[in-house]
Amino acid sequence: MSDIQRYKFDVVVIGAGGAGLRAAIAARESGMSTAVMSKSLFGKAHTVMAEGGIAASMANVNSNDNWKVHFCDTMRGGKFLNHYRMAELHAKEAPERVWELESWGALFDRTKDGRISQRNFGGHEYPRLAHVGDRTGLEMIRTLQQKIVALQQEDKRLSGDYESRIRVFAECTVTKIFMTGEGDDHRVCGVLAYWRPSGEFVLIETSAVIIASGGIGKSFKVTSNSWEYTGDGHALALECGGSLINMEFVQFHPTGMVWPPSVRGLLVTESVRGDGGVLTNSDGRRFMFDYIPDVFKDKYATTEEEADRWYTDPDNNRRPPELLPRDEVSRSINTEVKAGRGSPHGGVFLDVSKRLPADVIRAKLPSMWHQFTELADVDITEEPMEVGPTCHYVMGGIEVDQDTQAAVGVRGLFCAGEAAGGLHGSNRLGGNSLSDLLVFGRRAGLYAAEYADALNKTGWTSSVDQASVDAAMAWALAPFTAERGENPYAIQNELQDVMNDLVGIVRNADEMRLALKRIEELKERTRTMKTGGGRSYNPGWHLALDLPKQLLVSQCIAESALMREESRGGHTRDDFPQMDPEWRKVNLQCSLIDGSLSVQRKPLPELTAELAALFDAKELSKYMTQAEVDALSQRSA
Amino acid sequence: MGYQASFRIWRGDKGDGSLKDYTVEVNDGEVILDVLHRIQAEQENDLAIRWNCKAGKCGSCSAEVNGKPRLMCLTRMNIFPEGEPITVTPLRTFPVIRDLVTDVHFNYDKAREVPAFQPPEGLKPGEYRMQQEDVARSQEFRKCIECFLCQNTCHAIRDHEDNMANFAGPRVLMRVAELDMHPLDTVDRRKQAQDVLGLSYCNITKCCTEVCPEHIKITDNALIPLKERVVDDKYDPVRWLGSKIRVRKGDE
Repeated sequence: MSDIQRYKFDVVVIGAGGAGLRAAIAARESGMSTAVMSKSLFGKAHTVMAEGGIAASMANVNSNDNWKVHFCDTMRGGKFLNHYRMAELHAKEAPERVWELESWGALFDRTKDGRISQRNFGGHEYPRLAHVGDRTGLEMIRTLQQKIVALQQEDKRLSGDYESRIRVFAECTVTKIFMTGEGDDHRVCGVLAYWRPSGEFVLIETSAVIIASGGIGKSFKVTSNSWEYTGDGHALALECGGSLINMEFVQFHPTGMVWPPSVRGLLVTESVRGDGGVLTNSDGRRFMFDYIPDVFKDKYATTEEEADRWYTDPDNNRRPPELLPRDEVSRSINTEVKAGRGSPHGGVFLDVSKRLPADVIRAKLPSMWHQFTELADVDITEEPMEVGPTCHYVMGGIEVDQDTQAAVGVRGLFCAGEAAGGLHGSNRLGGNSLSDLLVFGRRAGLYAAEYADALNKTGWTSSVDQASVDAAMAWALAPFTAERGENPYAIQNELQDVMNDLVGIVRNADEMRLALKRIEELKERTRTMKTGGGRSYNPGWHLALDLPKQLLVSQCIAESALMREESRGGHTRDDFPQMDPEWRKVNLQCSLIDGSLSVQRKPLPELTAELAALFDAKELSKYMTQAEVDALSQRSA
Repeated sequence: MGYQASFRIWRGDKGDGSLKDYTVEVNDGEVILDVLHRIQAEQENDLAIRWNCKAGKCGSCSAEVNGKPRLMCLTRMNIFPEGEPITVTPLRTFPVIRDLVTDVHFNYDKAREVPAFQPPEGLKPGEYRMQQEDVARSQEFRKCIECFLCQNTCHAIRDHEDNMANFAGPRVLMRVAELDMHPLDTVDRRKQAQDVLGLSYCNITKCCTEVCPEHIKITDNALIPLKERVVDDKYDPVRWLGSKIRVRKGDE
């Protein structure tokens, strides 16, 4: 096997979405040579799908906003399962990260006094989302892409080569992270990847690896996620000794398209509701008023009149319940449809046409207008949309140190963005993803660079042993040599059905046991996958390499979901419908022990008294045991 | 409601290739990309297609359908009469990698030749103030999803491969216009646009605007104003003198 290209970089970033690019910028600006591995072309990552905005308490629209309010909203949204230190850093640093984008050329929508405009979103107390119409993710990815080009131009002036210090490997998929050394010296030393266009292998020896590979949503049938979201980063981390936490928490965005079938799951931005859109059932009733949970009773309007007044007078009225956190809205829609009050194609109605003038809708929601006219023959300025829940995001992810984003248990591995777990607890608020990517992408880049620099200075050099490389390449080529075998597309299809039907929005033990059995069978079938064709741009082969990773991560989700016997955020059990304060103290941690999956209970990092003091005791007691509340009040006294 | 459609899809690589016929089921509401995915899943696992979001937001799935450059994810099947074969071929302007996937690195190389955004010295992050009507012009161009359909269609490239060395194409020149209209940018890129990026190759036939899936008025709002600015610079004697003095100071 001689067709292998070899490179050496100080830092390798796996993933070229918001988190990966921001990490790469930080690593390069810290002086490290940096490689960015992207499964797609540069600038196409899933971040472009983010529509609504970036949450940051800049207080441009409502001067009452500050990091503490953002922190509290994030904790409430996550039902207090969040890793508090990440939530704190996120709320504190998000405004700087947004302003920084502006200094790199981003053009956000403006307020009348010329600042960055901010919009309302579910679960956020004040208008907080910096945005560009409903294409904020595109603005963010383009800005980061163009910042990397700016850095490359700088490097060209100095060295004559655009790629002397930062190189994007576009359409190049990582299949393996290599480790070296024993005991305290056991650490990351490289990655193997293949170029999708040619099928040739690339070995990169490196001091540090950052996983920023996004999520897992392609394991579900109805999803807003693209082919890329196969959980490869999660699996790569597990395989090299890392652990995953909170994998049972999967976010089903309440509003995906439901018709036509070919676009089922495609996202309808939450901004539709933030800007005034309402949800109704087949009786024409604004049903969300019937679903305000106890923990949010005092924060949401109980009448349509009050809800409608809030848009113009938010200081004296409570928010409409359409803007409850996503988990609440998804469950409510699910219940309405099951009760027979759904729309013709099995969703509910989302109507903005009776709420805003047509020209305002087209200005504020241009992509939605475009999407519905082009794909569903629906003019959203004249008629309601039909929407229903769609798999959108995984709150769980690779377990990391809260400050440095260093992966727990793997020296030299760092993680950021959707691939990392902790920040969002059991449910993520809309808008908190883009800010997460920026805040923790940067942190991962900085700390990976610091680690790599320190390691390099000891005289250590990365080196991957040839036997490991040969084994990894042989594994990747196996689907070509199988004499006969399964069609990878058929297996993926079945997995999507299993996860959607048995580990979906509402779960129970029997169904999840069945799901685990089915996943085991599918795993067995992947051992004999067969790929036709050659190595050049062969999607069947690519899928055959993604599938085992997808199955491993799906198993983590189902195992964790089976073990957590309560309902919280993005995990709803009809056999354990209540939230249980004892379970709030627990993270479920998945790891591989001798190749088999093990799920362990691990204590959640305890909220500090200082941060706990931002909530009143009455609110804390909705989530915590009395003993915890007493202990916190004693510590702060 | 489904029916059997016949497709002719270009299969091959940079060496050689030809149209291959497929019969495939089509259902209500589907787009071209759905149908190609069905062929991929059920008939030809190795059919090469580049795609990501399937929502018209990432600009990956550009190809030519019955000879017309389009995003396959936004091309509804119901615009084609049932029974007539649909031909799908790769973008003609760029070299084929395999099947419907082309090598688009030209566009990324040219983008690197546009000098980056440069804010005024001393302006700190958080202190930026711009009015909505002033950012709106550049925002229109930032809707670009880099599908490169305009680059593929522009006849200055499509029909004249030899121009590619000297002409960056509409997408890249629109980026220059975008920076030029940015209220806080401080760099003058007019000379670069003319001398390096080949602005004068554009003869404003508006083919780029016609194929833009984001409906950006590339020619009217970006390229023509940019041409006007470059002309102002070139033929205004005071500016001409100023530019010569700057060059002597070693600005290049």
